[in-house]
Amino acid sequence: MLRDITLGQYYPEESVIHKMDPRVKLGGTVLYIISLFFMKNILGYMIAALFLGLVIKLSKVPFKFMVKGMKTILMLLMITVVFNLFLTQGTPIVTFFGKISITWEGLELAVFMAIRLSFLIIGSSVMTLTTTPNNLTDGMEKMLGFLKVFKVPVHEVAMMMSIALRFIPILLEETDKIMKAQIARGADFESGNLIQRAKAMVPLLVPLFISAFRRANDLAMAMEARCYRGGEGRTKMKPLIYQKNDYLAYAALVLYLIISIGIGRLTLF
Amino acid sequence: MGIIKAKDVIYEYMRRDEEGNVEGITRAVDKVSLDINQGDFIAILGHNGSGKSTLAKHMNAILYPTEGTVWVDGKDTREEEELWNIRQSAGMVFQNPDNQIIGQVVEEDVGFGPENMGVPTKEIWERVEESLKAVGMYKFRKHSPNKLSGGQKQRVSIAGVLAMHPKCIILDEPTAMLDPNGRKEVIRAIRALNDVEKITVILITHYMEEIIYADKVYVMDDGKIAMQGTPREIFSQVEKLKSLRLDVPQVTLLAYELKKRGVDLPDGILTTEELVGALKQNRKG
Repeated sequence: MLRDITLGQYYPEESVIHKMDPRVKLGGTVLYIISLFFMKNILGYMIAALFLGLVIKLSKVPFKFMVKGMKTILMLLMITVVFNLFLTQGTPIVTFFGKISITWEGLELAVFMAIRLSFLIIGSSVMTLTTTPNNLTDGMEKMLGFLKVFKVPVHEVAMMMSIALRFIPILLEETDKIMKAQIARGADFESGNLIQRAKAMVPLLVPLFISAFRRANDLAMAMEARCYRGGEGRTKMKPLIYQKNDYLAYAALVLYLIISIGIGRLTLF
Repeated sequence: MGIIKAKDVIYEYMRRDEEGNVEGITRAVDKVSLDINQGDFIAILGHNGSGKSTLAKHMNAILYPTEGTVWVDGKDTREEEELWNIRQSAGMVFQNPDNQIIGQVVEEDVGFGPENMGVPTKEIWERVEESLKAVGMYKFRKHSPNKLSGGQKQRVSIAGVLAMHPKCIILDEPTAMLDPNGRKEVIRAIRALNDVEKITVILITHYMEEIIYADKVYVMDDGKIAMQGTPREIFSQVEKLKSLRLDVPQVTLLAYELKKRGVDLPDGILTTEELVGALKQNRKG
């Protein structure tokens, strides 16, 4: 049950997008999201949709995987739409109880917000579905390398992230084991209301924490025994080097940005 | 001087109660001296709490002696500037395979050591390939370590140390958490390293079956070296081993009991074949 959870949700496939440098994908996603917030008309969003569709097509990841991510934020999406719909000032269309009203401006804003948020989620899930977590942390380390000047421990943070990712399945397995051991001794995790169930988790968390600390201690020792001493003087087994495709992707990205924002900011009405 | 030499090593730590007050001092290693030659297969034996793991951690500069000195490859482990050289020449494999694999892919984990040492990318790949081949895990190089069996994980850990090109590998109870098959796998890999690659192996264990291939065995008890010698010499002293709370292999025990009841057998029989041979010899004679 617990073991089915996969974080990062990487979808293994051999595609152009999968092989792309993680830096391109990271930068691309950020720029894409920014572009969504610069657009003012429906034409811009059509271009954004077209671009996204093309990338999804190239990534060979089934579309239903993208939509899966949407389910989790459906609630958030609804709330945003409702708030925008009712709380925007402007020309009213319908008025309820003489006070709350739906306005033209509100309708426009709500629709745009819904489009923005869904594109944002789908766009970023394209990145996580096509990039292994390890690759992603590598990319972040390299991209944020300039922060080292400001004494930000970029390498250390990236290392922590990748170790955390590596230990997720191990800790899940451990949770499973402790749970079974406690169930065997009469613990009840499934019945009762939410508060009772949350309380039942406490005896689960204590041994889990202790074992996590013990593991961390062991791992630190093993890393030191293998000469780990931070990012200084370290070489890479799989260094990130831009290929021809990566430059092409950057070019495509810039082209998209110019067209979409250029058209998206035109005032049509 | 051998690859690892210890002279009068004492290691003490303080026991503390829950408030952190010192309750007393425990001496985990007590005046241990040993000298290990390049290329040897050494086994260190002892029951739980005998100080064998503590001693092992001294050979990799994870712990420093309270008194006495440890030299690894001629370097004093307390010299700070030599620390990384010492850790490179004496690699260490720990008990729990899950807690020492860092990478999310087998090959990335094996490359971790060389990456830390600053080995150029091309050479890292060569080292990873050769190390994985040496332990017979090359075909699993693209797998996730989480999907491997315990014995396979432990072999990956050994490959990870091997890729750092150490002169000596210290294995701290590498088989304690494995099933019998995994144990056999790991011991076979360790023996191959010693035979083929000529790497000094220091195996710390409490399984008697694993030490019969060793060149020399040290038995530890209460922080001291209680016995030392070849496996044959050690196993011929069944009574003493029993007093140290250690079991002897079944065959050795059987031969010992037979001998006690008047069968003419040599001392310290280690394998079934040996016993069968000796018994056949008896019938002829």
